[in-house]
Amino acid sequence: MVRRIAGLLRAHVGRLLVAVSASVATELAALALMGTAAWLLARAAEQPPLAALSIAIVGVRAFATGRGVFRYAERLASHDAALRALATLRGRVYDALVPLAPSGLPAYRSGDLLSRMVHDVEAVQDLVVRVIVPVSTAVVVAAAAVGFTAVVLPSAAVVMAAGLALAGLVVPLLMVASARRTARRLAPARAELAAHHTDLLQGSADLAVFGATTAALADAERASERLARLERRTALTTALGGAAAMLVQGATTVAVTVLALDARSADGGLAGVLVPVLALVALISFEPVLPLVPAVQRLLESRAALRRVLAVLDAPAPVAEPAQPRPAPSGPVTMSLRSVSVRYPGAARDAVDAVDLELTPSRRVAVVGASGSGKSTLLACLMRFIEPSAGTVLLDGRPIQEYDGDDVRAVVTGVTQDAHLFHTSIRENLRLARPDASDDELRAALATARLDDWVSSLPAGLDTLVGEGGGQVSGGQRQRIALARALLADPPVVLLDEPTEGLDPQTADELMTDLLATTRGRTTVIVTHRLAGLDAVDEIVVMDAGRVVQRGTHADLVAADGPYRDLWWASHPALASE
Amino acid sequence: MVDVPAPRRAPIGGVLLNQLARRLLAGLPAFPVVAAAFTLLAVAGAVVILVQAELLARLLADGVLDGPSVGSVAAMFGLLAGVFAVRAGLSWAQQALAQRAAASVKASLRRRVLRRTQELGPGWLSGQHTGGLTTTLGRGLDALDPWFTGYFPQLFVAAVVPVAVLVRIAVADLASAVIIVVTLPLIPIFGILVGLSTTRATERQWRALERLGGHFLDVVAGLPTLRAFGRATSQAQAVRRIADEHRSATMRTLRIAFLSALVLELVATLSVALVAVPVGLRTLDGGLTLSTALLVLLLAPEAYLPLRALGSQFHASTEGLAVAERCFEVLDAPGSRGPARSLRRPDATSAGGDDGAATPTPAPGSGRSARVPVASGADPAAPVVRFEDVTVRYAGREEAALDGVSLSVATGERVALVGPSGAGKSTLLNVLLGLVPVSSGRVLVGGVDLADADVEEWRREVAWVPQRPHLFARTVAENIRLGRPDATDDEVVRAARLAHADEFVAALPRGYETALGERGAGLSSGQRQRIALARAFLRDAPLLVLDEPTAGLDAGSEATVVEATARLMAGRTVLVVAHRPAMVLDAGRVVTIEHGRIAGPQLPAGVR
Repeated sequence: MVRRIAGLLRAHVGRLLVAVSASVATELAALALMGTAAWLLARAAEQPPLAALSIAIVGVRAFATGRGVFRYAERLASHDAALRALATLRGRVYDALVPLAPSGLPAYRSGDLLSRMVHDVEAVQDLVVRVIVPVSTAVVVAAAAVGFTAVVLPSAAVVMAAGLALAGLVVPLLMVASARRTARRLAPARAELAAHHTDLLQGSADLAVFGATTAALADAERASERLARLERRTALTTALGGAAAMLVQGATTVAVTVLALDARSADGGLAGVLVPVLALVALISFEPVLPLVPAVQRLLESRAALRRVLAVLDAPAPVAEPAQPRPAPSGPVTMSLRSVSVRYPGAARDAVDAVDLELTPSRRVAVVGASGSGKSTLLACLMRFIEPSAGTVLLDGRPIQEYDGDDVRAVVTGVTQDAHLFHTSIRENLRLARPDASDDELRAALATARLDDWVSSLPAGLDTLVGEGGGQVSGGQRQRIALARALLADPPVVLLDEPTEGLDPQTADELMTDLLATTRGRTTVIVTHRLAGLDAVDEIVVMDAGRVVQRGTHADLVAADGPYRDLWWASHPALASE
Repeated sequence: MVDVPAPRRAPIGGVLLNQLARRLLAGLPAFPVVAAAFTLLAVAGAVVILVQAELLARLLADGVLDGPSVGSVAAMFGLLAGVFAVRAGLSWAQQALAQRAAASVKASLRRRVLRRTQELGPGWLSGQHTGGLTTTLGRGLDALDPWFTGYFPQLFVAAVVPVAVLVRIAVADLASAVIIVVTLPLIPIFGILVGLSTTRATERQWRALERLGGHFLDVVAGLPTLRAFGRATSQAQAVRRIADEHRSATMRTLRIAFLSALVLELVATLSVALVAVPVGLRTLDGGLTLSTALLVLLLAPEAYLPLRALGSQFHASTEGLAVAERCFEVLDAPGSRGPARSLRRPDATSAGGDDGAATPTPAPGSGRSARVPVASGADPAAPVVRFEDVTVRYAGREEAALDGVSLSVATGERVALVGPSGAGKSTLLNVLLGLVPVSSGRVLVGGVDLADADVEEWRREVAWVPQRPHLFARTVAENIRLGRPDATDDEVVRAARLAHADEFVAALPRGYETALGERGAGLSSGQRQRIALARAFLRDAPLLVLDEPTAGLDAGSEATVVEATARLMAGRTVLVVAHRPAMVLDAGRVVTIEHGRIAGPQLPAGVR
């Protein structure tokens, strides 16, 4: 772990050194300011000629100015190094994610996990600014203070070294151990509270209708109070760290002063003017050491986050690329699934269980079924996002493994599950599918998706920004942009995964009708839970729990007893009651 | 996080405790006690600082001048060691107290937010990101710790220590005190000036910064799409380029933002030099004793330190204030009607400011809520439920979810609602259950307008089987008891048998005492549905409301659920959203809903 983080930071060692040097200079300036000032006063008391003080006076002023300037330099240098490290890590994480998205990483099944991962990457900034720089600074400044003292009074240096090690090393380590123990004690209380929160926030309707809200709230409040009680109790120990370091600082200062005074009274072994210098150097050398207790806490947090990031960097790709890929297929292609099964790591059952499918040119197939029935996993197999655990996927009669993944997706693509709109213009979002597309081609694709009127009505037209995650456009426009993008790509095999997801029923039916009209004559797989218009497709495959439970044309399936007829009946009640 | 400036929350203008912070402190149950304790600790801290400086100055001055033997000043050393120990003890007390206060405030905030979410109800929650809210109420609130352990106690220190130090220095050497009096205010003044002159520049860059910072998440989230179009590899360069742009834009902002830190640091250290050099020169003249000179030198930095620390502590606590803001957003969310009034405890008088406005309906027991005579229905022919021209519009949706629906259900009648998904069937049920308010029209339950009725009491007449029942992180038995907490074990088992749940529950490792994981993990959807049916059996209410009870079930579990449902319907008034013929066959009437309206004639069932 340490070595890999060091590897990440290696490219920025120079800047880190600048940051640490500036930080060390800041602290040394503070130390020198007080040391010189003490010497100035002590020497002045001996009433020497003014010239004897002039260097010290210049020193005091210089160190005072230097401290502010060095601090500014340190802030800038450490943030620059941190942000550079972040940029490097983001690049690496992106490279690592490319083969993993979307099937190789659980985070792609949850927006929360994904944003936490992105947040985890930012921990590298904290590591630099809040851990590496302050810890290095403390070490160097402590060594410098001990070195200076060793020259003046070796016995005091020994005491100082011991005190600094105690406050800077032993106390933080003890605090880490104690923090771990506290976390272990708090963990069950936190988990219990989180379960109550989930129940109240996601089960509020059930609670309200069954008149159980008040009781559930009372339970949650008891759990919350239990956690608060534990936190209040552990506060007494977690607050000890800072106090312990301060105690060591005081004891060291007293001991150094005693030793200095002792050396002074022993026949001029030590010049009197150096007594306050030693005492103040001892006192102030702890200033960069005291913040190490919180720095170590930070280290624990960023280490946990970076460990999760490293796990992403190490995650195995779900699909291996061939060493000698076959040339990309061209023209109309045929795809077939032969008894294909997929099981996700750690899952109890197959997500897709022995499914067969034939996609001959211009054939259109609809896959219907409840959510979790394996429809999207099936598409992931066709797009070579995931390796089947059994069975074969054939592309033009050859195993799909023999092709480069990007070549497969040049042939088989479309509207994927949760198709993403990037925070950029409509034009850029569309040209993703074909970077060289002309505006006329973009408009043609938009027209097919019935978006041309809307885009023309926008003041910025194609240059309109769609906002983060497509938030500035309505759900229907969003899906239609994704559809236009797929049409622009114009692949031999078009995949459409729940293209009407999240739309109100009327819009959904309209879009579905348009979709079926525009894909006529193209090889198409459409995953849907809306049945409107499916009489136009060549085959309907009904999936349940990963298995194909029914297949045939709309006419066949409506005539037969089974889940398809039930679904059809539910969406056409008028037929049902006739 | 790195100290990227947050201009919108910066303490510019010298607001030490903004409205947010004051609200936060209002949640501290023992605020006067805590404030008094922090004041005491700050005063004691100031005394300790003065005594420590005094002792150290005398000892060091003696050391320079006379070089007394350690033995002769042993008492002073002992005293000094004691003072250091007291100072450490005070720091411990302050931190421990602050952390304890933080724990209390977090618990109080959690309680108020949770209460408010339940008042706002399921309708409001369905539009929220509940996962994010759970995080906010858990780990998220811990971000408040730095504010409580850093900034808040530092306010008291900053108010007390500089004054005490200044007074002591004035007594020792008036000239030095004058220098400090003149320079000390420069810290807040420069803070404000630098802040004002940089705010506009930082704010201008802030949006650009935010956009660049969000780019990585945008690209990572869109990676499946990039791969689908073969663009993932070509974006790798863009990721690096934008990360670098983000860095340089941030650095441009920081170069200005850190100027304030530079100025403040300079004021503080240069002032120490300004004090030290003249003090040295006067010592040289014999105008000052060495011990006084050292005392001034030791005390001068202590006058500036608290104010500087206050600034950096504020920076460290902005994240926590953002979390608090999110909590207050929930507390301030415009309230719906809903179960609010029945949730408010009679003793929660202080909560009025937070939720009073949201609850226009009278409190229970005030005698103004109409009673709902359903079970006691004197006239069995009178409708139990009557929708009169009910329209429901959801915020942000153009089309009405329900559009002028009128419907009566008589006692003992069974009505099946059918129609395409999204047509408004579930909305109709939610209106009836008091989960969704009507936009216009009214719903009469037992002859009383639901808007005037005591919703709690009305719901006691209802058993509900939702499409996706929530299973709570409790035991199976407790889940079944949801609507009747006082039911005996025998009653629970009987209800489970009727719901065909007993077979699989008995097979669980600890039977009815098996704890269900989060959201009932470990049970299949058919099993969960049967638990929900058992709930309804145990509730034993005269009106039964079912929302596609067999949706998403495999054929095997569907048959058992259908059978159990049929048994549950016996002898009850039933309103069922059906999506399978089996559910409709038992119904007396089939009502078709399309596009939020009742479509076509309401046919008796079985006319297929």
